[in-house]
Amino acid sequence: MHIRALKYLDEGKEVPADIEGSVLFHCGPIMAQRDDGSWYVVAAGPTTSARMNKLEPEFIRRFHIRAIIGKGGMSKDTVDAMKECGCVYLAATGGAAISLAEGLNRCSGNDWLDLGMAEALWRFDTNKFGPLIVAIDADGNSLYEKVNASLVRP
Amino acid sequence: MIKLPEPVEDVVYNIIRLANTKLPEDIGWAMEAASGWEQNQIAYTQLGAIMDNVKKAEHIGRPMCQDTGIPVFYVKGRFDSSIGKAIAKAVERATKEIPLRPNTVDPITRENCGSNLGPGMPIIHYIPTDDDFTQITVLPKGAGSENMTRLAMLNPADGIEGVKKFIIDSVLDAGGRPCPPTIVGVGIGGTSDVCVAMAKEALLIPIDVENPDPVLRQMEEDIFVALNSSGLGPMGLGGSTTALGVRIKKCACHTASLPVAVNIGCWATRRASAKITDNGVEYSQGVKF
Repeated sequence: MHIRALKYLDEGKEVPADIEGSVLFHCGPIMAQRDDGSWYVVAAGPTTSARMNKLEPEFIRRFHIRAIIGKGGMSKDTVDAMKECGCVYLAATGGAAISLAEGLNRCSGNDWLDLGMAEALWRFDTNKFGPLIVAIDADGNSLYEKVNASLVRP
Repeated sequence: MIKLPEPVEDVVYNIIRLANTKLPEDIGWAMEAASGWEQNQIAYTQLGAIMDNVKKAEHIGRPMCQDTGIPVFYVKGRFDSSIGKAIAKAVERATKEIPLRPNTVDPITRENCGSNLGPGMPIIHYIPTDDDFTQITVLPKGAGSENMTRLAMLNPADGIEGVKKFIIDSVLDAGGRPCPPTIVGVGIGGTSDVCVAMAKEALLIPIDVENPDPVLRQMEEDIFVALNSSGLGPMGLGGSTTALGVRIKKCACHTASLPVAVNIGCWATRRASAKITDNGVEYSQGVKF
């Protein structure tokens, strides 16, 4: 999704308008379709955010992402872009896919399904989604960095 | 639990469902125990969220994690070559019906066939023995933990301390990415390929079963203590619950080699087995491996 959105933007192709200023959830959900064609979420926990490190700084700057929900934290380059754009990183509990799916109460659409279920762009309305921990704030203070710096190695 | 004989495809479907929807008891117990002694508030919240999620998934019969992984199969005992086809059919059906997330793609084009199959899939390890039963085990392996796999061809002079350091560093460098608290699978010895395969197989050994080898047992304990004293904690957000278990397997190796492999299992180290005998099928999530 990241690769395509940035590529389309470069090529002047249409990009779904609601990416701008959105909250991004790093997640490859399991989705299922009802008989009427509408989608519902089966399981949706966060995926490893570090996988998006290469693309995220540009993605945040160009789409003015307000918050990223994921797991494991992100690179310094990404944190720099977050600081610039006032974006925060919220840690969701990895693997808590059923509890988190309960907070995604309606799927309001998708784009780029040809990328596969896990890589497509999904839109959700949320309600009581979490628990989420502010792991990197808009000033670049990172809980991951703090934990890493104080790790005790034998 | 003994059931009437049923087609192998159904049996494999059943273990895929069991593995994905119910956490093995040994891991559940370890998580509850850890939650009892965890002092860090964020860590405690993470463990609570995990246990809550596990209960809900089991209750509604849906996968506990959206990354239903690559199902890795181990077929042991007596079997014929048709079993591979039955397993492939079960994977395709499970993907549609449970449902599982379609995860397999072409490594170059990244095209997803939608069925969790594709060239070389499903991954099946065949272990023929003289037993009069067939034991099929599935280990759905998610990418978050699998991507943290490491192999080192150490110098024999590095010794046990070098081996322990490599394992501990591998887990701590992985940070929150493999979804700690993890199960740490380790292979020591063999050739490079066998070493990595052993590390994954080690994840099939229940964490409450004592390692029969006293030296490996001591290493498991030392690494377990070191990891849980590191401060990494659940999801890498700090705390004293970094690993729920360490499992080491070994085999002989070349006199000039000391291969060590680490294959991390996330908290959702999912496994289920079926033992098929002439009398029926017995399902389990903690077989001797």
